[in-house]
Amino acid sequence: MTGEQITFLVVALVVLGSALMVVTTRNLVHAALWLIATLFGVAVTFALLSASFLAVVQVVVYIGAIAILFIFAVMLTRKDMRDQGPQTNKNWWVGALLAVLTFGGLFGLLQGWSGLSKTVAAIPSGFDAVSELGNALTSFNGYVLPFEVASVLLVAALVGAVYVAFNRK
Amino acid sequence: MVPLSWYLILSAALFSVGLFGVLSRRNAVAILLGIELMLNSVNINLAAFWRYGDVMNLAGQVFAIIVFAVAAAEVSVGLALVISVYRRRNTVIADEINLMKW
Amino acid sequence: MRTELLIWLIPLPPVLAFFLIVLFTNRSKALSHTIAVGAALLSWGGSMVVFWNAIRTEHFGEHPFESSINWLPTGDTWLKVGVLIDPLSAVVLFFVAWTVLMIFIYSVGYHNYGQPAGDHDHAGLPPHGATVEEHGHSHVVPSIEPMYSRFFAFIGLFAFGMFTLVVSDNLLTLFVGWEIMGLCSYLLIGFWYAKPSARNAAVKAFMTTRVGDVFMLLGISYLYSATGTLSFRAIFTETVLHTLATVPSGVLGLSAAGLIGLLLFIGTVGKSAQFPLHVWLPDAMEGPTPVSAMIHAATMVSAGVYMVIRMFPIISLDPKTMTIVAFVGAFTALFAATIAVAQNDIKRVLAYSTISQLGFMIAALGIGAYVAAVFHLVTHAFFKALLFLGSGSVIHGMEHGVLHTGNHEVDPQDMFNMGGLRKKMPITFWTFLIGGFALSGFPLITAGFWSKDEILADAFGNGHFIVFATLAVAALMTAFYTMRQITLTFLGEPRTKEAEHAQETPWTMTTPLVILSIFAMAYGWVGIPEDFMGLHLRPSWFHEFVGSTLAEHPEALTFNWIPLLTSLVVALGGLGLGWLVYRNVNSPAEDRLQFGFLKNKYYIDEIYDVVFVKPAIWVSEVLVSAWMDKGLIDGILHIFGPATGGLGSFIRNKFDLPFINRFIGDGTADVTYWFGGKLRAVQTGRIQQYLLFALVTFAVIGAAIYFFLLA
Repeated sequence: MTGEQITFLVVALVVLGSALMVVTTRNLVHAALWLIATLFGVAVTFALLSASFLAVVQVVVYIGAIAILFIFAVMLTRKDMRDQGPQTNKNWWVGALLAVLTFGGLFGLLQGWSGLSKTVAAIPSGFDAVSELGNALTSFNGYVLPFEVASVLLVAALVGAVYVAFNRK
Repeated sequence: MVPLSWYLILSAALFSVGLFGVLSRRNAVAILLGIELMLNSVNINLAAFWRYGDVMNLAGQVFAIIVFAVAAAEVSVGLALVISVYRRRNTVIADEINLMKW
Repeated sequence: MRTELLIWLIPLPPVLAFFLIVLFTNRSKALSHTIAVGAALLSWGGSMVVFWNAIRTEHFGEHPFESSINWLPTGDTWLKVGVLIDPLSAVVLFFVAWTVLMIFIYSVGYHNYGQPAGDHDHAGLPPHGATVEEHGHSHVVPSIEPMYSRFFAFIGLFAFGMFTLVVSDNLLTLFVGWEIMGLCSYLLIGFWYAKPSARNAAVKAFMTTRVGDVFMLLGISYLYSATGTLSFRAIFTETVLHTLATVPSGVLGLSAAGLIGLLLFIGTVGKSAQFPLHVWLPDAMEGPTPVSAMIHAATMVSAGVYMVIRMFPIISLDPKTMTIVAFVGAFTALFAATIAVAQNDIKRVLAYSTISQLGFMIAALGIGAYVAAVFHLVTHAFFKALLFLGSGSVIHGMEHGVLHTGNHEVDPQDMFNMGGLRKKMPITFWTFLIGGFALSGFPLITAGFWSKDEILADAFGNGHFIVFATLAVAALMTAFYTMRQITLTFLGEPRTKEAEHAQETPWTMTTPLVILSIFAMAYGWVGIPEDFMGLHLRPSWFHEFVGSTLAEHPEALTFNWIPLLTSLVVALGGLGLGWLVYRNVNSPAEDRLQFGFLKNKYYIDEIYDVVFVKPAIWVSEVLVSAWMDKGLIDGILHIFGPATGGLGSFIRNKFDLPFINRFIGDGTADVTYWFGGKLRAVQTGRIQQYLLFALVTFAVIGAAIYFFLLA
């Protein structure tokens, strides 16, 4: 067991454990906080994968914006400060079953694939992932169109969110 | 030395957990939390395949960036909706938001 | 033109007259009678020419005028129809043509042509007089018959029927003429159809003669099936007659000829009103008098006798049939004469007299006196037509008196209302007297004497003494009631005011009387026997001529004084007795011979009513109409309606409504509704549930694809 593997296992444990807490905890604020933990773990996973830009963006966007947004939403939708009643609905066991099945299915699908145990290749020297990513995002041969479209999407979402949640009093 | 399969299994497990959350949680916000988890698992998957495939081909990362943007848009709109519903119906429990029934 | 062609044409003018009057000239009275009398004149002319040619031909009996055509194909042969004038039909044609013409002319006057239309005359009722303003005061005159043209049309058809019958050479067209006359007798007896008595009399006449006609048709059919032909010349040959005489018919022990003869004779019993089918003839007096003359003298009843005379070769083959014929004839002669004695209506006396005289002819045939029968037929036609037309004249005169006094209660036909008419109506009186004497057989100067004497002579000479005695008694009674009639009507003083005011009738009526009276006197002289009273005279022309019709020329009888004396005594005695008894009788109460059973015709009509008419009416009204038709057949039909209705409602209520409507129809709807109700529970509006369903389905499909397609 190499150091990489141990690091990975620890990080995986964190991620999955936090995720489980997210979906099982009664207190929604706690759930949001556990979500932050999960997102951190995912960021570390990105870093392990040498996708440094992604890791940073994960922290900034997901944790810095989305998770905070969740906390705002939780605050704004509490009838009272205490969480009452069960947090799962009536048919939660069907959901659980389905989740297990899904995992089993995905896992089973993976078994037949040959490239499963591929090991990572070394990164060629002089390869700057970030600048390459920047080139890719802005070059016409690259992905400038999806990039721009995503921007438009964000604008639309912005306008939509404001409009939907607007309090016309 | 970490095989690709470990990342994929991690991604699958995270996805399942997120699915469980979506299907079983009563609170609408909690459902959105589950959706976030699922989106993250997808991101992990994309990044893993970029790293373990052709590194020169940055499609994996670009896709992950787009997923970020989409997730952000979706969360904001979704939460705006939840808040709007909360203001009308005074509830965030998904089972009680059932006007579109027979 | 050839005589044969002329014979074909003789029946044509009257039937043309019938159609023309019916179709075109019904409105115009003058045109109608002109056409009718003209037609009668044409037929008369043709008949005279044919008759003249016939008597000039040597051995006419062997070479008669005949002409026939193939009419009906029957297998390999043809049924031929055609015309035949042999000596018999020549003399019959002679008197038919004359009497028809006289009656046509008479009818013009009888129906008051030239008189105004009546005050309240209806078609269907006898005319009742018209009020006329003359010289300041009004009086009622006879009015013209409203249905004037119709009368001429009908007697035209009648004449056609008789001519057809006389000229035909086969039984089929003879029967056609026979039936046409039956129809016309119905139409004419019921001429005044608004009178119930006339209607009933017409039906009675038709029905009674029909009974006879059915048997006659049977006889014709049997004859046809036995011989294969209906033509007289073909039947009256040696071989055919011999076959018919020897083949047994199986009925009553008669030979085929005997049965045929009997059946045909029954037709004559009906048509010529012999007992027991005589009941229609007296009632037939309901018709206008020219009709009575036509039917009862000139044509219809003569047709019956003519047919028997024609079929004499067949009838005479079987002695049993001949006996029946003679018996019926003699009995009828006496029977009818007894009834005639008690009748008060002037026409009824003549009616029964006709029945009686026809009995004479039939009896003559029954004893084989062929020529005598033909002779009496011809003379009877003349004097009976004369008597009927004379009686019509009398009635007309009496009606004039009735219109004058205005008393319509008085019956102008009742002899006891008459009297003394010889001064008021002289022509009528003298002609009626001649006719009456001819009927009684007044010696030497009347035709009736010669013909009746010959019958009596034949009866006596051939040893048929019973027939002789019966006929002699009947002749006595004939003279008696004839003189009774003349005395009551013409002699003495008028018994009523109406008789006082009687008037002679116009020339159209008296001229035919005069002409017929000439024949009634003179015609007898053609038949004077050769050795009459021991004198040697020329052979009787009539005997020679008519006798040659038969294959075996009948022998003339040798003269015998007894029949001659008998007929002298009978005739003169009867006439004298009648005058003596009735010259002082002025009312029915004084008439000692008004016996009930005679006046009521031996109650035969009443017997027939109970035995035949009422059962027939019962069968038709009760049995057939009420029970079978309304009860059974309609009952069955009336079951169909409710049955179908019941079946329909049963199917509707037991099957259609519960099963089809409720179970299938409504059931489908209910099931669909129930399913819908259950299925819509799926749409809860809860997103997580939708998601769950979707994922479960996806998992199932995925597993299915994985395991069945990919594995």
